[in-house]
Amino acid sequence: MSDRATVELGSYSAGWNDPDAKYSFRSERGLNESVVRQMSEMKNEPAWMLDFRLRSLKHFRERPMPYWGADLSGLDFDDIYYYLKPDAENSRTWDDVPDAIKDTFEKLGIPEAERTVLAGVGAQYDSESVYHNLQQKWKDLGVVFLDMDSGLREYEDIVREHFGTVIPPEDNKFSALNSAVWSGGSFVYIPKGVYLEIPLQAYFRINADKAGQFERTLIIADEGSFVHYIEGCTAPVYTTDSLHSAVVEIIAKPGSRVRYSTVQNWSSNVYNLVTKRAVAMAGSTVEWLDGNIGSKVTMKYPSVMLVGEGATGEVLSIAYANDGQHQDTGAKMIHVAPGTTSRIIAKSISKGHGKSTYRGLVRVHNGARGAKSNVECDALLIDEQSRTDTYPYIEIEEDSASVGHEARVSRVSEQQLFYLQSRGIPEDQAMAMIVSGFIEPITKELPLEYAVELNRLIELEMEGSVG
Amino acid sequence: MLKIEGLRASIEDKEILRGVDLEIPAGAVHGIMGPNGSGKSTLVKVLAGDPAYTVTEGSVSYKGMDLLEMEPDERARSGVFLAFQYPMEIPGVSIANFLRAAVNSIRGPENELPTFQFYALLQDKLRELQLDEFWGNRYVNEGFSGGEKKRNEILQMLLLEPGLCLLDETDSGLDVDALKIVSDGVNRMRSPERSMLIVTHYMRLLDYIAPDRCHIMLDGRIVQSGDIELARRIDSEGYEFIRTGVAETNV
Repeated sequence: MSDRATVELGSYSAGWNDPDAKYSFRSERGLNESVVRQMSEMKNEPAWMLDFRLRSLKHFRERPMPYWGADLSGLDFDDIYYYLKPDAENSRTWDDVPDAIKDTFEKLGIPEAERTVLAGVGAQYDSESVYHNLQQKWKDLGVVFLDMDSGLREYEDIVREHFGTVIPPEDNKFSALNSAVWSGGSFVYIPKGVYLEIPLQAYFRINADKAGQFERTLIIADEGSFVHYIEGCTAPVYTTDSLHSAVVEIIAKPGSRVRYSTVQNWSSNVYNLVTKRAVAMAGSTVEWLDGNIGSKVTMKYPSVMLVGEGATGEVLSIAYANDGQHQDTGAKMIHVAPGTTSRIIAKSISKGHGKSTYRGLVRVHNGARGAKSNVECDALLIDEQSRTDTYPYIEIEEDSASVGHEARVSRVSEQQLFYLQSRGIPEDQAMAMIVSGFIEPITKELPLEYAVELNRLIELEMEGSVG
Repeated sequence: MLKIEGLRASIEDKEILRGVDLEIPAGAVHGIMGPNGSGKSTLVKVLAGDPAYTVTEGSVSYKGMDLLEMEPDERARSGVFLAFQYPMEIPGVSIANFLRAAVNSIRGPENELPTFQFYALLQDKLRELQLDEFWGNRYVNEGFSGGEKKRNEILQMLLLEPGLCLLDETDSGLDVDALKIVSDGVNRMRSPERSMLIVTHYMRLLDYIAPDRCHIMLDGRIVQSGDIELARRIDSEGYEFIRTGVAETNV
C-alpha cells in the first residue's frame, strides 16, 4: 500500500496499488498492428475477430480526436500499455485467484458482496478477467455470465452475430480503439423468461501505471427476461495518466428489461472515455444508472435506441466533479418506433474548480408516432469557483411526439447549512447531507448496498470542502 | 445560565440589535414580544449563530461559555436550540436520517444511539406530537404546510433535549389544536436545568406556557420587562404605551 498516494488524494480510499502484481505478458508501449496481432494470437482468437480488430485499428488511426467535448490534450496514446496480462488464469473459485490479486479485491469487499447480495461476480485486473462466477441455480436456468474472452470461445456464434452491431468500431474514435484492443469485460445471456432477481456485478481495476483498460461487455436479454448488471471501477493513484475506454452493448429483446448500474470511482488520473448503448426492442425497457464520481476526465453518454414499438429507455445519471475533474456526461435517446418513451434525469455536483457538463440528445425519427421524452438536468454548485454547462440537443421529425426539457442550477445555500448545523451537525457533514439529498432521486433506485456506498463516497469527497 | 450584555448585531450593514441586555436563569421560561422589525427574531438567530448576521459588540455567555466564539453546530452541541420561524427545506433528506444525524451529533461519537433505539424514541415523540408514524420518511420540510413545519421544529426540540430552547414565533401558522399540542410539548420540557426564550406576537401561546417573565423589544433593545401581566396589556392595548414610555425616558 502506498501511503504517499493515499495522502495526495486525501479521501480517495481505493488509491493503493499492488506492488507485488506480476504480469505474464506486457505489450510494448504504444499501439501498432503487431500489438493487436500479438494480443489476438495469445488469446487464440478466430480469424474474424482479428480482422475486426485490424479494421478497428485502421479506423482509430484515421479518426480525428473529438473536438467538441472535454479537453483530451493530456492523453498520449503512445505512452500507454494496451495489453497487460496478469499472471493468473481466469478462475471460477475465489481460492484459485492469486493472493496478490485476491488481496486487492478483498480490500474492495468483492467476495463479501458475492456471498451476500449478488448472483454472480466478475473481476478484471488490468486487461484480463481474473475471476468469474455465477451461482449454480442461475447456470441451471441457462444464464451465461462469462468474461468476454471466454464468451467468444464458448459461444462464438452468438458473439459473432451480435458483437459490434450496437456500437460499430466506426461509431467514434474510442469505440474504434476499444474494438482494436478489447480484452475482458463480460458476456451475459439471459434466456427467455428468466428473471434474475439479484444483480450480477463486474469489478474493474486498473493496477499498473500507464495502463489502458479496454473491457468489452455484451449483454443479451432474451424475450421477457430481466437482469440487473452492476459495474464498479477503481484504480490506484499514479502521477501519470491511465486510460479506461470500454464499450458496452446491450440487446434487449421484446418484453425484456435490462438495468445497468455503474458506480465509477476511478482515481483522478484516469481518462474515462466510454461508449454505452442499448437496442430496445418492442415492449422492452433499458435503464442506465450511471454514477461518475472519480476520473480526471469522463466522457460518457449512455444511449438507448428505441427500435421496437412501446420500448422504454431511461438514464439516471449522477456526475460529481471535484477539483481538477471534468465530468462530461449525459445521455442519448433515439426514438425510432411508435409509442416509445424515454426519460433522462441528470444530476451533477461541481466543487472547487471541478466542471460538470450535461450533454444529451433526444432524437425522434419520422414515424415514431406518439413518442414521449422527458429530460431533467439539475446542477448543484458547491462553491463560487465550480461550474456547470448544459448542452441539450433535441431533434424531432415527428409531429405527434412530445418532448419536455427542464434544467436547473442551484447553489448550496448558507441558510440550509445553518439549519443543519443548528442541530449539531458539523458543516462538512451538513454539506454531504445536502448533496446526498440532491442525488436521492437516483440513489433510491440503487440496491441499498450501492446507495450506501455512493453516499459514503460523496461524504468522503465532501470532507474538508468547507471552512 | 444565559447572559447577554450590550449585544449589537447587523445584517448587510444595517444594525438590528442595538445593545440587548438579558439574563435568563436556569429553569426559567421567558417570553419576548415586540412589533415587527423590533429585532426579536434577530436576537434568537444571533444566539444560534446565523451566519447572515454580524455581531459588532457585546457578549453572550451560556453556561460560562463564550457563545459568540462558537460555530452554530458547537452551540447546538452545547445545548442551544432554535425552533426556526421559517424552517429550511432540505430536498431528498428524510426526516429520520436528518434527526438521527442530529441526535448522534449531539450525543457525541461515544454515545451514539443504536438505530433501533433511535427509531423507538422517534416513535414516542411522534405520538406525543400526534404526528403519524411515517412522518420520518418525509423529506425535511419539503412541501410542508406552515403548521407542519412548526410541529417538525418541536419534534426536533423534543428529541435533542436542549438546555436552552429558543422559539421563534413557533405559534404563528398553527391552528388552535396544533397550538395546544405544541404548548403541551413545550410544557413537558420545562425542567430546572432548562431555560427557554419564546418569541411571539400572541398571548395565546404565553397563556398556555405561562412564562416566568416577559420582555418587550423595540428598535433593537429590550425596553421593558415584567410578568405575564405586561404581555396581557400589550395584547389588549398594543405597543403604543411602550413607545410613549420609551420616548419619555429618552427626553
